[in-house]
Amino acid sequence: MQNTQDLEKILNSELNTKIKSSLIKHNQIYLKIDEANLTEVILFLKTNSKTKFRQLIDITAVDFPENEIRFKLVYLLLSHEFNQRIIIQIDVKEKEIVDSITSIFPAANWMEREVFDMYGIHFKDHPDLRRILTDYGFEGHPLRKDFPLTGHNEVRYSQETKKVIYEPVKLEQNYRNFDYESPWEGTKYIKEQTKE
Amino acid sequence: MAKETKTLNLNFGPQHPAAHGVLRLILQLDGEIVEKADPHIGLLHRGTEKLIENKTYTQAVPYFDRLDYVAPMNQEHAFALAIEKILKIEVPIRAQYIRVMFCEIGRILSHILNVTTQAMDVGALTPTLWGFEEREILMGFYEKVSGSRLHANYFRAGGVHQDLPKGLDKEIGKFCERFPKIINDLELLLTDNRIFKQRNVDIGVVSKQDALDYSFSGVMLRGSGVPWDLRKSQPYDCYEQFEFKIPVGKNGDCYDRYLCRIEEMKESVNIINQCLANLPVGPIKTDDGKISPPPKKEIKQSMEALIHHFKLYTEGYRVDKDEIYTAVEAPKGEFGVYLISDGSSKPYKCKIRAPGFSHLQAMDYLIKGHMLADVPAVLGSMDIVFGEVDR
Repeated sequence: MQNTQDLEKILNSELNTKIKSSLIKHNQIYLKIDEANLTEVILFLKTNSKTKFRQLIDITAVDFPENEIRFKLVYLLLSHEFNQRIIIQIDVKEKEIVDSITSIFPAANWMEREVFDMYGIHFKDHPDLRRILTDYGFEGHPLRKDFPLTGHNEVRYSQETKKVIYEPVKLEQNYRNFDYESPWEGTKYIKEQTKE
Repeated sequence: MAKETKTLNLNFGPQHPAAHGVLRLILQLDGEIVEKADPHIGLLHRGTEKLIENKTYTQAVPYFDRLDYVAPMNQEHAFALAIEKILKIEVPIRAQYIRVMFCEIGRILSHILNVTTQAMDVGALTPTLWGFEEREILMGFYEKVSGSRLHANYFRAGGVHQDLPKGLDKEIGKFCERFPKIINDLELLLTDNRIFKQRNVDIGVVSKQDALDYSFSGVMLRGSGVPWDLRKSQPYDCYEQFEFKIPVGKNGDCYDRYLCRIEEMKESVNIINQCLANLPVGPIKTDDGKISPPPKKEIKQSMEALIHHFKLYTEGYRVDKDEIYTAVEAPKGEFGVYLISDGSSKPYKCKIRAPGFSHLQAMDYLIKGHMLADVPAVLGSMDIVFGEVDR
């Protein structure tokens, strides 16, 4: 097995300018790169004989609504030969279009569809960018932090019309999110007061 | 004059007994040959990841039972490991043994279901009836240890919820003595069965390279001849201490995957036997009062224990700011959790990597050029459970 430290060195020397930062944590390599270099870096990692990251494990996004660059796209890759994992992150603005990697990994197809469905990030040159997990005709992107937990619409079978109908969500009781943080360590309102 | 031909669009599902759940498969047929398959998934989407973001770490565990609901504890394991790695918790050795044992029970649960229903999809009913009797016994073990047959909610960050009840180890031991015979019976029914072989050999062949490209894992990958098992290559908990083999297929067809599963069940029995033989005594969860709740007896006497109990069941424990990907070898393949914590008692993001998702994605590639009747055979051998595909 190749050492994680050695692998990080190889990556840094081969890809030097394309890497923004690299870090080893929990025996995995965390790479930050620019969106423009994405396909190039992933193709390199897959084909180079020193890295051999032949398998794409998953693609996902993380939403940070308070940041100017709102999303982080995360690519997880695995190398069977060297028994290594790598986590690649790129920053993506809200309406930015990211290059698809379906031509490198066919498995990226559904993963990118899921990211599109859940976060509304578009991919360039994706063969079939449709929603995947949500309902036909669904609106909004559920895993965004500003999407309410209860959603917007609910469905039920209507006796009158004899079919399934969509209605705005009606709750008997509002969703309650209790704040359990201890007051002397500072709940939200105390933290905000002390800030001022 | 040339005859005009037209392709036929066929809707397979959403309610179809061979779809193993709610799968809508739109098939384009030329006669009986499938030209294209377009799976529509998400009919069982419950927003697990969104819900987990709004619950404390303890409250998030039951959601993992509801993903792949035929092997619940394997998934709890991935989540527990992720938290343990971030918090750097040492898990007591007895807890590790119990967790490994129940993960292997989960593997048998899942493989029995898959092998027998695959047989049912191609026309054999008896294996299902025989196999489900055994599943019933295994779910009895689940019930004895956690209180429920399916949605166990048993693994915790730092160990397991409670110790094995008295005598359970003997019962499991008895099962392990008897079960190889049952596997043998199943094999007698299926392995050399002419009809079963006709329906499975050379169907849904996956080459090594394609298995890698399509992100296959678990039996789907090993059936194609890639010897890769996370229990061996990236061992978690105490898997290093056990001796077991990794069965690998040759041809990558449905039949090889069936053989792999049968062999894996035998290996699982082997691991459980080793667990039982060397089961250490000691605590079953970490003694860090900030993470695991105190025993009931202490709550009555110690103020500190009472405070811990109250804080753990209201606010929950906090997890330092970090991000991590951990994976376990679930019965269906690599099940992973990508967890981002922000220092509060709720996960900021918890992405669940389900093996079935990438397997089902390759449906179009696997079924192209096959007959319509092969669709259930291929679906059956992929081991799809919609709880985890749709999340």
